[in-house]
Amino acid sequence: MSQYETVVGLEVHVELATKTKIFCGCSTEFGAPPNTQVCPVCSGMPGSLPVLNKEVVKYAVRAGLALNCDIKRQNVFDRKNYFYPDLPKAYQVSQLYHPICQNGFLEITTSSGTKKIGIHEIHMEEDAGKLVHDPWEDCSNVDYNRCGVPLIEIVSEPDFRSAEEVVTYLEKLRETLLYLGISDCKMQEGSMRADINLSVRPVGATEFGTRTEMKNMNSFKAIFRAVSFEAKRQIEVISNGGTITQQTRRWDDNKESSFAMRDKENAQDYRYFPEPDLIPMNLSEGWIAEIRESMPEAAAAKRSRFVNEFKLSEYDASVLTAEKPLCDLFENANGICANPKEVSNLITVEIMRLMKENAVIADDVHKHVNPAHLALLIKKISDGAINRTVGKDVLNAMFTEQVDPEAYIKENNLEIINDTALIDSVIAKVLENNAKSVEDYRAGKQKAFGSLVGQAMKELKGKANPVLINETLKKKLSE
Amino acid sequence: MKQLQTALDAGRAVRDKKIGAVELVSECFRSIEENEPTVHAFINFDKDAALERAKSVQADIDSGKLTHPLAGVPFGSKANISTKGYETNCASKILEGYKPVFDATVAEKLNGIGAVCVGKCNMDEFAMGGSTETSRYGVTRNPWDKDRVPGGSSGGSAVSVAAGEAFYALGSDTGGSIRQPCAFCNTTGIKPTYGAVSRYGLIAYASSLDQIGPIARDVADCAAVLDVISGKDPRDMTSAETALNLDKKPSVSGLRIGLPREYFAKGLDGEVAEKVRDAAKLFEKFGAEVSEFDFSEKNMADYTAAAYYVIACAEASSNLSRYDGIKYGYSAFSEKDNTDLLDNYVNSRSEGFGMEVKRRIMLGAFVLSSGFYDAYYKKALRVRDLLREQWAKVFTDYDIVLSPVAPTTAYKIGENLDDPLKMILGDMYTVAVNMAGLPSVALPAGFAKGLPVGMQLIGRHFEENVLISAASEFQKETDYHTQFPIIK
Repeated sequence: MSQYETVVGLEVHVELATKTKIFCGCSTEFGAPPNTQVCPVCSGMPGSLPVLNKEVVKYAVRAGLALNCDIKRQNVFDRKNYFYPDLPKAYQVSQLYHPICQNGFLEITTSSGTKKIGIHEIHMEEDAGKLVHDPWEDCSNVDYNRCGVPLIEIVSEPDFRSAEEVVTYLEKLRETLLYLGISDCKMQEGSMRADINLSVRPVGATEFGTRTEMKNMNSFKAIFRAVSFEAKRQIEVISNGGTITQQTRRWDDNKESSFAMRDKENAQDYRYFPEPDLIPMNLSEGWIAEIRESMPEAAAAKRSRFVNEFKLSEYDASVLTAEKPLCDLFENANGICANPKEVSNLITVEIMRLMKENAVIADDVHKHVNPAHLALLIKKISDGAINRTVGKDVLNAMFTEQVDPEAYIKENNLEIINDTALIDSVIAKVLENNAKSVEDYRAGKQKAFGSLVGQAMKELKGKANPVLINETLKKKLSE
Repeated sequence: MKQLQTALDAGRAVRDKKIGAVELVSECFRSIEENEPTVHAFINFDKDAALERAKSVQADIDSGKLTHPLAGVPFGSKANISTKGYETNCASKILEGYKPVFDATVAEKLNGIGAVCVGKCNMDEFAMGGSTETSRYGVTRNPWDKDRVPGGSSGGSAVSVAAGEAFYALGSDTGGSIRQPCAFCNTTGIKPTYGAVSRYGLIAYASSLDQIGPIARDVADCAAVLDVISGKDPRDMTSAETALNLDKKPSVSGLRIGLPREYFAKGLDGEVAEKVRDAAKLFEKFGAEVSEFDFSEKNMADYTAAAYYVIACAEASSNLSRYDGIKYGYSAFSEKDNTDLLDNYVNSRSEGFGMEVKRRIMLGAFVLSSGFYDAYYKKALRVRDLLREQWAKVFTDYDIVLSPVAPTTAYKIGENLDDPLKMILGDMYTVAVNMAGLPSVALPAGFAKGLPVGMQLIGRHFEENVLISAASEFQKETDYHTQFPIIK
């Protein structure tokens, strides 16, 4: 079976994170009650007309520039006509003839090296609504909230040769789009969806084999499996003397196999034609330059800046940038307290531990820690107002109960103890009660010192200034 | 013959307190009650609502809040222009009972100046037709001869004005739908430059050709209405920034007026040709330079109607796809027989659309289907481009093009209904104007065998004022437009 090579091209749909829809002023927010974010325009009422949201074009241009594309200066939309209950106008406004971005690439690195994946085009279009099946009533309900949410479709060249390449590309693409701030790229919520076009051919062949298109994968893992299984299926069919039928297949991740949805003969004729309700839109050089200059910093650039400017380790920089919400937290908190090492430490060690313990995903981390509070905590520690151990406890409380560190420290009386008289008396008591340890220490057992520090700290509920404890203890022991 | 007031005269009378807005509405409804059984210009009207509205407008006029020359004057609105909460069914069964949740921009603007809507005027179903015979709600009859058609698709709008049921009316013109009924009913109408009037709320037939415009008893009334409804609308991207400058009224003296020889060739009724040539002579008397010209060596007139139908039907097939019998209007769905989604689509559309609409949807779907797109749709777009170039060239030599509106006067009801090709040929003088997005004023040019003859003045984009000026001068010197039918 090793004499076959897999050829994959991807069509990735990404919902853009603009505040309003592509052709009307309705909110794009996910999760609102059904049909509460609709108006005559996005619900396709007779006589309503679309007005293009310029922010959508800006986001699409950003994506195009980040993916090294040529940007089309004159943009035209087309109608894609088909009947479906989730499409209230019975046509989707898209770009068939003149996609906004063309001829780009994205560089990926896999176990087989570094490679450029060609981007054939990126076009803008509107999303359709959602059908929600009600098994109780045995009917389908239509939710138009998603109608008119802006999408870009990123169409790659058939440049992938393995599932690993596919997933690496998608991860890099997701990271790129997240850092551009143009999408939240959540596969589970459908804001990033990938269709796989896959064919196989004998190694060395120049012609492509007959391809299938696969839909309905909702995680990168599912995509990895779908590519591997479909390649295997096609190779088996061909090896057994069969032929591949050009068709659309639906991936079932639970069954780990795909099923034919429709053959090419049943493919719809979408009767595309230029959308007459939208005038051709000309992008000026000045505007494109403006977008280029205001492009948010890419993840890779941030990584090297964190190393060079903040002297973070390569490892920490890549952990921080792996998830944009953590990177945002880092930059925002550091922007306030200007203590990159400490912010990085607390995030990569403590906060990531807390996330794991509390099963919090990176996208939700903002609900648990806000950058101002984190910065304040770090300042308290670095100013010596609280000690590090207490700091961890405060962070715990911040994360799980969203407390204000300032108030929490005050309420629980957690400020550091610098009272030498109190420390003196506590240490005197500790030495008195731990004669054995004192003896051990004097006999040269360094470990005993640590035990005495711990006892003293415990007596002072961990709030004592550790430097003072150390100094006082040493002084007393040498007396 | 009965004399009827113009809308501006009525408005002046209201402001001078010689008559009240309520009385004007009552006057319209007296005509409606008298004439509707014969002419059937309206699909639906609401007397109580109109009287109620007139009362509140009168209060605002009295308090000085409303001062527009058309405040308090009743009008009719074509049944494809959305009015909030007021049935707007496009003369189609498929939109039976459909009440829009919003006002069209033009309706909003007219509300703003204190206009009073008396009802929704009959039309060809979805504005597809030239005779108002394809309406689901019955034919409208020509007030000059009730056995004849009023023209279309804005037949109800023209008749409501001619029969004294409204002082003016809104129509829409995709291929002649304002101008041709004006010619058949002896009213004056303006098809504005594409983009001059917002289409927001106009239930689309062919988006790249549709324009809303006024129909009235003279061109001054039309200009006053156009002044209200025109202007850039942020809700319609195809509406233009360019202002119309209607207060600029160039003199006819010195204007170059051209008569296209192609339009006076075979197919044109002799008497209609004569009336239009007479009008040309009158313009000459006013000091205009009048001459004849040929569009080009290639007679574009032969291609125009074909290209028009390809483009209009293509757009219509897509625009009308949303009527699926689920969301609003007519539905064939019944719990008992209709369990299947596809059944519901097919049955609702089969039962909800009339013959002519189905014919155009099928034609449109065909020309857009894969394998035929280049041969039909793309070629039609090229013809449109050529036409635009050709008109641009004409308008370097001329300021106005004068032509007939229709090849004949109003024909008998049923005469052309089964002959769609003949119907299409009737549009040959009007569709070219829509294809090029040009403005045109249609106005009465006389009578032939007791039936009105119309003519149209075509001008450069956004030069409605030039056309209005010429039409206005013509109407000062003639009394054709002041003739009103005796309805029997």
